[in-house]
Amino acid sequence: MDTAYFLQQLINGVTLGSVYGLIAIGYTMVYGIIGMINFAHGDIFMVGAFIALISFILFALTSIALPIVLLLTLLIAMVFTACYGWTVEKLAYKPLRKSFRLAPLISALGMSIVLQNYVQAAQGARIKTLQPVIQGGFTFMEDTGFTVSLSYLQIFIILVTIVLMAVFTLLITRTALGRAQRACEQDRTMTALMGINVDRTISITFIIGSSLASVAGMMFVMYYGVIDFYIGFLAGIKAFTAAVLGGIGSIPGAMLGGLLIGLIEVFWSGYISIEYKDIAAFTVLVVVLIFYPTGFLGKPDIEKV
Amino acid sequence: MRKNFLQSSIKDSLFTGLIALALFGPIVGLRTVAKNEVLVVSPKWFIVLVIVVVCALGRFLTNLYIYNRDQKYGIQSTIGKSITNFLDTKGTQIALSAIIFSVIFPFLPFTDRYLMDIAIMMLTYIMLGWGLNIVIGLAGLLDLGYVAFYAVGAYSYALFAIHFGWSFWICLPIAGIFAAMFGVLLGFPVLRLRGDYLAIVTLAFGEMIRILLLNWYQLTKGPDGLTGIPRPSFFGLPFKSFPDEGEQTFHTFFGLEYSPMQRIIFLYYLILVLALITNLFTIKIRRLPIGRAWEALREDEIACKSLGVNPRNTKLTAFAIGAMFGGFAGSFFATRQAFISPESFTFIESAIIVAIVVLGGMGSQTGVVLATIFLIGLIEVFRDFESYRMIAFGGAMVLIMIFRPRGILATRKPTITLQKKEAAK
Repeated sequence: MDTAYFLQQLINGVTLGSVYGLIAIGYTMVYGIIGMINFAHGDIFMVGAFIALISFILFALTSIALPIVLLLTLLIAMVFTACYGWTVEKLAYKPLRKSFRLAPLISALGMSIVLQNYVQAAQGARIKTLQPVIQGGFTFMEDTGFTVSLSYLQIFIILVTIVLMAVFTLLITRTALGRAQRACEQDRTMTALMGINVDRTISITFIIGSSLASVAGMMFVMYYGVIDFYIGFLAGIKAFTAAVLGGIGSIPGAMLGGLLIGLIEVFWSGYISIEYKDIAAFTVLVVVLIFYPTGFLGKPDIEKV
Repeated sequence: MRKNFLQSSIKDSLFTGLIALALFGPIVGLRTVAKNEVLVVSPKWFIVLVIVVVCALGRFLTNLYIYNRDQKYGIQSTIGKSITNFLDTKGTQIALSAIIFSVIFPFLPFTDRYLMDIAIMMLTYIMLGWGLNIVIGLAGLLDLGYVAFYAVGAYSYALFAIHFGWSFWICLPIAGIFAAMFGVLLGFPVLRLRGDYLAIVTLAFGEMIRILLLNWYQLTKGPDGLTGIPRPSFFGLPFKSFPDEGEQTFHTFFGLEYSPMQRIIFLYYLILVLALITNLFTIKIRRLPIGRAWEALREDEIACKSLGVNPRNTKLTAFAIGAMFGGFAGSFFATRQAFISPESFTFIESAIIVAIVVLGGMGSQTGVVLATIFLIGLIEVFRDFESYRMIAFGGAMVLIMIFRPRGILATRKPTITLQKKEAAK
């Protein structure tokens, strides 16, 4: 019973961790390249979830086969949400590149309020429920009295996360675009002198981050089946915690941090208290920042005069 | 040249239209509505069409008439500069007349209950803004969880007043001390973090306090909130229409007719005095060594460390004092409402207070007043359009950051600077 319960929590934790990890990549990439916390990123994730929801509802009217629906929804969510990420960067962050340090953060705060209320105005404030898209799964360890189940949906979520992670790691480490991004992280002026379009590289970073967040949004709406315009706030903070935990600026770190936060949250609600599960993530955030500010895979940040 | 420009403008605005379609198409155009427990999509293409055309046309016109000029944001900066100049030269007179106006405000002929309520609300926000201005404006620490201290003040006031029956004037300092203690408690570990990390941690702290208030049912009654918080009395004289046997009330003591406005007016003066105390305190402390150290830390932390200023203790004082004023404002809020619940202390409140400070111009006391009147006025005017007013509010934050990143009144100049010596000429 105890092992079964533990195993079940582990499976749920990894699933939730995948979602957080995908959002955290957006935070970490943006922080790496322009050194700001994109406070509106959680709301971009929320927009992605809404677009996926709308897409699922529309596809439910047709008779397209399930795998194609999943693929198409994934693409639709990524493309449309990427537009949001791109626009937010152009409107609210780009004019502030040379401003003082807190200006982009405050602007991002404003953007987050705008996005939340815009979705509330356009889609209504009530929660939206989606009928399960993928059903069924494996069950095992039935003889111990507690059934451990691993649903197809969870397998789908974990698989897609692994594939996307692999693709984006290759993109960052092996392509010209990835090199340009890493160069921008180190020295933007010098990169521009080398003939790289810095503005475009930053835009692409936002596009990648937003499309990954939209995938997370799609998984969130499939997994929980319930969303509203406010989900971006908590998910955003937790994903940010994940990014910090893994070491902000590091992409594998973001994924690792996401997994850890997912596991901590699930085990906390499974063994300690479900009411205070959100406090778990916040406590981790505070503790990590105090004792381990560079995270697991981050580089120390040396302050120079 | 001209034709080329026109062509690229048209191309650019078509592209804008396309992006607008991608943005608003799914979210605005395909509204999901629940029908018999199942979500269906109800299309709203007309609105999307209007938005797309407006975006494209707007882009086209701005391309033609604004972006091909040499001087871009000339108008805004001149307006801002002239306001700043005007306030610099006439500052004292304006402040004085503003104070006189707010003192006689309750007795002006057009003042009614509704206006008084708004005035009290604005003064509460002004006080919170001034309190947070110590943290953000003077010490340069972005605190996104200020509402936590407001909540601590409100709840400690309410709990002491309900369970021990202590009066407002005893509970007020206690609430302030409690809030300051929480400020130290939070500040001690996190204040060495850099600006944006600090912002997120304070935000997390604000949420933690709210979750705690929601779930600690024995103490806070959770989402039901605390009711029956004692109303303030006029130095022991309660505001009651029907006094008990032998009890002196405000109107019997002064031989007046009873009117519910008496309490409102008293509350108004209470918050006015509290706010002015906050302001006076800030103005005075700016000239003391600790105030100078805050401003110096804001400008350059490393230089301060090398000159022997202890950054942690200095920041901690700013945090604690800011939190204390938040706590005072919280107890006023509790006594005015007579009912508090975690609903009143959400993140959006913190965002509003931060927006007031930032919009006004960090460090500017007058700016806080102007920004409060503008923002709370905006929220009040659009009271019936719940989410649209918050869109306007968030948009205003972004626009101000872009066009006047230092706020309406940019007075981030140090209080003292080295003067050039006259004799050196």
